[in-house]
Amino acid sequence: MDILKKVPVREQEPKIRATNFDEVCIGYNIEEAKEEASRCLKCKNAKCREGCPVSIDIPGFIKEVEAGNIEKASNIISLYSALPAVCGRVCPQESQCEEKCIRGIKGEAVSIGKLERFVADWAREHGIKPEMPIYKNGKKIAVIGSGPAGLTCAGELARMGYDVTVFEALHKAGGVLVYGIPEFRLPKNSVVKTEIDNIKALGVKIETNVIIGKSVTIDELIEVEGFEAVFIGSGAGLPKFMGIPGENANGVFSANEYLTRNNLMKAFDESYDTPIYKGKKVAVVGGGNVAMDAARTALRLGAQVYIIYRRSEEELPARVEEVHHAQEEGIIFKLLTNPTEILVDDKGWVRGIKCIEMELGEPDQSGRRKPVEKQNSEFEIELDVVIMSLGTSPNPLISSTTQSLDVNRWKCIITDEITGMTSKEGVFAGGDAVTGAATVILAMGAGKTAAKGIDKYLKMKEN
Amino acid sequence: MYKIVKKVSLASNIYLMEIEASRVAKSCQPGQFIIVKMDEKGERIPLTICDYQREAGIVTIVFQTLGSSTKRLAEYKEGEYISDFSGPLGCPSELVKESFEELRKKNVLFVAGGVGTAPVYPQLKLLKERGIEADCIIGARNKDLIIFEEEMKKVSKNVYVTTDDGTYGLKGNVNDCIKDLVQNHGKHYDLVIAIGPIVMMKYVSILTKELGIRTIVSMNPVMVDGTGMCGACRLTVGNDVKFACVDGPEFDGHMVDFDESIIRQQMYKTAEGRALLKEQEGTAHKSKNCGCSDK
Ligand SMILES: Cc1cc2nc3c(=O)[nH]c(=O)nc-3n(C[C@H](O)[C@H](O)[C@H](O)COP(=O)(O)OP(=O)(O)OC[C@H]3O[C@@H](n4cnc5c(N)ncnc54)[C@H](O)[C@@H]3O)c2cc1C
Ligand SMILES: Cc1cc2nc3c(=O)[nH]c(=O)nc-3n(C[C@H](O)[C@H](O)[C@H](O)COP(=O)(O)OP(=O)(O)OC[C@H]3O[C@@H](n4cnc5c(N)ncnc54)[C@H](O)[C@@H]3O)c2cc1C
Ligand code: SF4
Ligand code: SF4
Ligand code: FES
Repeated sequence: MDILKKVPVREQEPKIRATNFDEVCIGYNIEEAKEEASRCLKCKNAKCREGCPVSIDIPGFIKEVEAGNIEKASNIISLYSALPAVCGRVCPQESQCEEKCIRGIKGEAVSIGKLERFVADWAREHGIKPEMPIYKNGKKIAVIGSGPAGLTCAGELARMGYDVTVFEALHKAGGVLVYGIPEFRLPKNSVVKTEIDNIKALGVKIETNVIIGKSVTIDELIEVEGFEAVFIGSGAGLPKFMGIPGENANGVFSANEYLTRNNLMKAFDESYDTPIYKGKKVAVVGGGNVAMDAARTALRLGAQVYIIYRRSEEELPARVEEVHHAQEEGIIFKLLTNPTEILVDDKGWVRGIKCIEMELGEPDQSGRRKPVEKQNSEFEIELDVVIMSLGTSPNPLISSTTQSLDVNRWKCIITDEITGMTSKEGVFAGGDAVTGAATVILAMGAGKTAAKGIDKYLKMKEN
Repeated sequence: MYKIVKKVSLASNIYLMEIEASRVAKSCQPGQFIIVKMDEKGERIPLTICDYQREAGIVTIVFQTLGSSTKRLAEYKEGEYISDFSGPLGCPSELVKESFEELRKKNVLFVAGGVGTAPVYPQLKLLKERGIEADCIIGARNKDLIIFEEEMKKVSKNVYVTTDDGTYGLKGNVNDCIKDLVQNHGKHYDLVIAIGPIVMMKYVSILTKELGIRTIVSMNPVMVDGTGMCGACRLTVGNDVKFACVDGPEFDGHMVDFDESIIRQQMYKTAEGRALLKEQEGTAHKSKNCGCSDK
């Protein structure tokens, strides 16, 4: 064993996995996990914890893994996170916990994410469930949205004894975890559903098919239905388009639509009713995690897939692991390229895309070198599907129907950083609805902060 | 789970269902829609709200069987349950927002085509409740496809029926009837509200533009979530791209790019669904390049 290197994790072969929706990463078995755990120095002043937005006791749980006490390890993690099997899979560990890991100074960081995932999977397979809190204070709290922010906030409040109801607009709970992130990265039935069931086991009620702002407003929840506080975790679901010619042609989709059809509605499975226009040659415009997910989904549905991104590989906002997996699977990267027009046939369907080559100029406000068009470098690619993955912003449905709820100019809800309270008393918010599109663990962190804020607020009000 | 408390067959291929859904019944307004999903494997099907009983917590939908999903929904029986019923979605009709005083000054003409007759009903009913009566044209391909005529008569000033083949009412399409009312019967209208097949709404809008009558249409593009998250329902209105599920479904008929919407509606429609719609639209279906005969 090379102490400087991570214990490699088993994955499906690229050629094989490109044709199925099973999980790419197989994960550690107990021997591998123990071996990897032994690389951890169990630091007194554990830097890794500073990198984790919910400060999981990383050396604590890893010590138990090394000793083979996986149930103990699971109990430690569950003090901090309600969705460890999810985070172990989708957290950008390389820029969070693992980035700070002392082991990483010389050699590779400890595989914290893969260990966390191992523990959570083991706990699930061995039927370990969190205990229902005995103490109940009878106070009703409404949580809007069942993504990571809402679920975490609900779970935390339930543990404190609150009577929590989560309202979800879609027919299934989970937010981006069920409609956005694909099965091959995050299995829905085994992983996501179990973690949600665990939160329900704490006594949290989930009411689906309720669109806050339409079915009922926040003001009504408080005034008519008797909720004493509200947490908004409604995410940032509104897709952007480029505004180039041809964008409304048949065969142009937002990444959200393409992914929702496939993940939430299970279009890849013939026995489900929802159709998807898969495409034979597909281009995904954008370079984030969402773009990688859309591209790898199209590939699995049988298409030849391009990623079109206007900056260079270095600037790709997606996680390194995802880019690497996409390349291995045969996705073609057209970098320093920007679409200028979607070409449409005489029946209104996509037939190709016109692009222009870019080069990197001076750094812009974000510090990244700004891409500029190269003169006379236009070219065309023949295609039948274009997927736009240009980012998302918060849906104004809630802010526009709630009195005195302040938002900024990107429609993000404004909150107090310490308590999570919005401009409206008793109403809290967190996750993508506040920050704009970010990460699962940041949303969870915000849900936790707001749960504390709500508890403090209600206790203060009592006195 | 949501219970089907009543199911009625209104015409060949057209069904009415009353569904127990108290949250929707409590808050819905005319012009809004819901999304049903029958079971685990079902699609999310958008359907307009046709009536509601707030106290009893019941919402009425009327749908036409086009392709596999609507046919599967039609197989459900009274007393059975569907797994999901979410809403209300979309914006209430313009009529709901307008003041009573403003409304009373207006002569409104409703134009209903085929299954679109059902969603016109709650709007007329709302006006009637406020003491305002409007005219209404119901158009269909033949007599068998006329629905809701009796109900409409109770809430409208005049009901005019047209059929393409002349088996009932006037022979011709709804546009022939509008022209006849305005040009030969001295009728004056300030507002037309047209709900029906997209091709009908397109041609009504072309005519009312010539006649100078402001026109509202209810668009029904392909949808997935119905909450503004996927963009499947986008359409062009004037110079803007709008999402029908959150910005609509009602729009100014003189601003909508119907040809683009007609093409977009073909995206997922099955061959059987297209064939049926084409037949339904009858003489209103004049478009040469809507793509209904290919792809
Ligand atoms: C395709 C994709 C891949 C991603 N990959 C990663 C990754 O690898 N790693 C990572 O860390 N992050 C990733 N992210 C980002 C991450 O998923 C989000 O940052 C996170 O889910 C935000 O959580 P949230 O709880 O704030 O909102 P969401 O997960 O968006 O949940 C919001 C929920 O609220 C519901 N809702 C909205 N409005 C209403 C309303 N009016 N009434 C009732 N309910 C409502 C929505 O339906 C939704 O279920 C990815 C995102 C996408 C789209
Ligand atoms: C806001 C709104 C309100 C509607 N109200 C009603 C109503 O009150 N009564 C009613 O009978 N129908 C209504 N429709 C149309 C109804 O949703 C479609 O008829 C239904 O989805 C067809 O599904 P199918 O699988 O049976 O047909 P198929 O032809 O097999 O359709 C396959 C696909 O095409 C799409 N599609 C087909 N026809 C339509 C259409 N007309 N509009 C939008 N998408 C379509 C669907 O997304 C579906 O996935 C409404 C649509 C919208 C968007
Ligand atoms: S939750 Fe995320 S950041 Fe925290 S330890 Fe786990 S993988 Fe690392
Ligand atoms: S910093 Fe690295 S080595 Fe130290 S405790 Fe954390 S994971 Fe272990
Ligand atoms: S149906 Fe998805 S945005 Fe309108």
